[in-house]
Amino acid sequence: MKPKVLILRTAGTNCDAETDVAFQLAGAETDLVHIQNLISTKTNLSDYQILAIPGGFSYGDDIAAGILLAVEMKHKLKKALHQFVDDKKLIIGICNGFQVLVRTGLLPGTELNPQNDNEETAQSTTLAMNTSAKFECRWVELVTQQSPCIFTKGIKQHLYLPVAHAEGRFTAPPNVLTELETNNQIVLRYGNGTKLSTEKTAYPHNPNGSDADIAGICDITGRIFGLMPHPERFLTKWNHPRWTREELPDEGDGLAIFKNAVNYAITNLK
Amino acid sequence: MSNKVNEFQIINANDAELMRISQEETLSLNLNEMQTIQDHFAKLQRNPTDVELETIAQTWSEHCVHKTFKSMIIYSEKGKETEQIDGLFPTYIQRATEEIDKPWCVSVFSDNAGIIEFDETFNLVFKVETHNHPSAIEPYGGAGTGIGGVIRDALGTGLGAKPILNTDVFCFGLPDTPYKKLPKGTLHPKRVFKGVVAGVRDYGNRMGIPTANGAILFDSRYTANPLVFCGNVGLIPKDRCDKSVEPGDLIVAIGGRTGRDGIHGATFSSAELDDTSENLGSVVQIGNPIMEKKIVDALLQARDRNLYRSITDCGAGGFSSAVGEMGEDTGAEVHLERVPLKYEGLAPWEIWLSEAQERMVIAVPSDNLEELMEICEAEMVETTVLGKFTDTHRLQVFYEGSVVVDLDMHFLHKGLPQHVKKATWQPSQNKEMPSRDNKTEDYTEDLYKLLASPNIASKESVIRQYDHEVQGGIVIKPLVGVKNDGPSDACVTTPIIGSEKAVIVANGINPKYSDVDPYLSAASAIDEALRNIVAVGGTLEKTALLDNFCWGNPDKPDRLGALVRAAKACYDIATAYGTPYISGKDSLYNEYRDTTTGEQRAIPSTLLISAICVMPDVCKAITMDVKSPGNLIYVVGKTYVELGGSHYFNIHGYIGNTAPVVRPSEGKPTMDKLSSAIDNSLVCSCHDCSEGGIAVAAAEMAFSGGYGMLLNLVNIPTSEETTHDDFLLFSESNSRFLVEVEPENKDTFEKHMTDVPIGCLGTVTDTSDFIINGLTGKTVLETTINKLKSAWQTPLHS
Repeated sequence: MKPKVLILRTAGTNCDAETDVAFQLAGAETDLVHIQNLISTKTNLSDYQILAIPGGFSYGDDIAAGILLAVEMKHKLKKALHQFVDDKKLIIGICNGFQVLVRTGLLPGTELNPQNDNEETAQSTTLAMNTSAKFECRWVELVTQQSPCIFTKGIKQHLYLPVAHAEGRFTAPPNVLTELETNNQIVLRYGNGTKLSTEKTAYPHNPNGSDADIAGICDITGRIFGLMPHPERFLTKWNHPRWTREELPDEGDGLAIFKNAVNYAITNLK
Repeated sequence: MSNKVNEFQIINANDAELMRISQEETLSLNLNEMQTIQDHFAKLQRNPTDVELETIAQTWSEHCVHKTFKSMIIYSEKGKETEQIDGLFPTYIQRATEEIDKPWCVSVFSDNAGIIEFDETFNLVFKVETHNHPSAIEPYGGAGTGIGGVIRDALGTGLGAKPILNTDVFCFGLPDTPYKKLPKGTLHPKRVFKGVVAGVRDYGNRMGIPTANGAILFDSRYTANPLVFCGNVGLIPKDRCDKSVEPGDLIVAIGGRTGRDGIHGATFSSAELDDTSENLGSVVQIGNPIMEKKIVDALLQARDRNLYRSITDCGAGGFSSAVGEMGEDTGAEVHLERVPLKYEGLAPWEIWLSEAQERMVIAVPSDNLEELMEICEAEMVETTVLGKFTDTHRLQVFYEGSVVVDLDMHFLHKGLPQHVKKATWQPSQNKEMPSRDNKTEDYTEDLYKLLASPNIASKESVIRQYDHEVQGGIVIKPLVGVKNDGPSDACVTTPIIGSEKAVIVANGINPKYSDVDPYLSAASAIDEALRNIVAVGGTLEKTALLDNFCWGNPDKPDRLGALVRAAKACYDIATAYGTPYISGKDSLYNEYRDTTTGEQRAIPSTLLISAICVMPDVCKAITMDVKSPGNLIYVVGKTYVELGGSHYFNIHGYIGNTAPVVRPSEGKPTMDKLSSAIDNSLVCSCHDCSEGGIAVAAAEMAFSGGYGMLLNLVNIPTSEETTHDDFLLFSESNSRFLVEVEPENKDTFEKHMTDVPIGCLGTVTDTSDFIINGLTGKTVLETTINKLKSAWQTPLHS
């Protein structure tokens, strides 16, 4: 049976259609579900194995990116979300979805915040305004790190994906960054083909000024993944900005991330 | 302001009083129109209410009915017989489309956007609008609501299209204008530039629509009247392209609430600006893209479930135009007190006319109302039944039980008297610039200057602020090449991920040539738009055009004469190329008057041609960056000594008198053969020759691909013996391309291009040197691609 993916929508979500295509190409059955339908329990999160929070400007990113949707999820879907995580199911947040996951505290995860009362997940990291102080759309090189992340398992070491955001600078206090390193929770870093691995990646290769060049992180189980770049925008070679001048495989770099999730669900979830 | 309805005492008014009312109420109606209204109400033996008079003024505004394009024009040109033209639009635009008669044109000029066929399941809609006056006063809000408005045009076409692409073209004053030289009451061009870009960025990005094509032009005459063209392409199922209204259908408003913003936008845009216009803040609307996104999300679901029969957007004139247009053939009854308001205190006419954004009106059979309401509630969009369509052929509006409008639909829509306008044109006489061959032997500095001139310089800092990747369909991006930073000729998108069927969107605009002749400017804009389509792999056969005219005051005979010249070119060139117009728009009265000095400035006559082409197989698309050292560089098409209005003349302070001519008898076979060569994979890269001519095109191809070039001017096919290197380098003759061909395809390519003038200029080199040798064999241009690129990238870097 095909795993079921719930692609969460709300006012201002705008990458839902291509995220939908990505999961379908990866072999999943998908539903685009408005958060109102989850709150009213017209749709039950428990019927799904994968939750995807796509990119966009949820509620206009008023106050800050992703914050209103995060608050809504924390307060109105708390039980269902906790159950989903407890059931060891998969969650991916892309761009605005990553911002939401960080603001709910689902990333980097409660274990990082022992002071937490366990009732409420708290936010220990953030995605701040780009150092360039503006929205930018460009393709970036990504270096896959050693991590427990389900979504990037066995994926090639260098990925090429587009970013498009104004608030994507991952930042955290030094102790949290160290902890992320120690737990191997850093999944993707912005890279630059020519730089030495110990050097910080310079703008525009690190497009937003993220601490430690962080482009994506997971929770310690590897089942919750958030990233600023858009894997759903590189599904076929035609998406690549230089397909007219380079030999490329037909499949885009982004598809593997969705395939990993679907394959994991087929084997481990029902 | 109160909730009261006032009467205007017009039936016994004299001419002076009529004109006073028109001016004081910003009605923008002339005496003849006021008299027609007076006669109508005299017969009814009553005076109109303010709501009625405002409704008529909106419906009859230049913005809504394009009366200049429909007026009778008495046109005279020096040395020629006076001509009588019964409407520029029917004579030159509509007629062109009718004569070209493409079977794939589904709907032209009748709906909110034109519709053409795409594949077995879908059609495409395309519309370009302007939002000039609002952007002059409040750049951020004006531009944002400009893009918001044109998206609603796509959504209001047929039963609603899904927006898939935005295109934006801006014209601003020069960025280095000294503050002291700013006309009174106007904003600095840099401020306008920044605000407009931010407005388009924030609206388009939030809507999740890729902004993947555009242009930015600069000229001092745009300082007081910047131009903001916003376009949108939408995808619509084939069986959702028709609309109708049945008596009894409910009039349902969906979306944002109504406030006092944007009142008189339609009539305001039909007047000139002056140094007091900045005080007219309320004519600019306030945008909320997330509201619009919710409307799109809700309406597309309702469309697919067939819940409504007709739809239109609330644009200029607000509900008055939307309901008035939808009910033209039936009749309509509206209850204004039901309209959800942002705040209390609006007079009935304000509710009726407000151009508050993000509102659509749909015609809903009453049985479907409940299901529609469910969808809208789930998407959190406010939806209100305002009234119903009737069979009375009257527009009847009520406020708290009393009648505030009772107008005959026929009078409202057909009562406008045709204008008769005078137009004259005489050729300008500009100082001619001689070749500089006798002054210099080296044109490297000229090339740097051209690349750095703001019209040509890289717009990367703007392009990157737009999300051009969202929806996952853009396959030829606005920036291309080895470093993703070269200037693409056009963008290509595949709206259905996984399908190879693609859409190309491009544009052409050449206001500088209208200083020589608006006919040549318009013709060149068409040629340029088509060149851009062909350069990425499109064909004339499958290309449709949109015309957007931005002009000065058409009540002045010389401005109107220029418009006649341009319209004539639109007919001549489109019919010759076989590319029909499917939609268009005009924005006139782009003039600024300093009320203290009386100084009057008009914008350069500006025609934007937008082109859309359906491409069967995206695999065949190519880009403009050179691909490989050793490949040959050809020029395709003949070069004439045509530098009037060129950028080369411009940087030396000249205009000249010989702007580029379009010769479709040469241009059409050139483009057709080149399309077929590209389709046969004989071309590795292709770039059109436009601003700055062959030299600029070659430089852009070289630095975008990361390789040098060694070229020779001797083989350029020319019209006559030309002995001047600078003219060959920088002439802007139309219908020309530079192409890159692999040496092993040399013969096949040359054979393929038989009967088309081509010349091999040289090769791509595995160095960074960019060298051009002149007619005598001496090097006339020598530099590196890094220097060229830096000259091009620096000026508008931030």
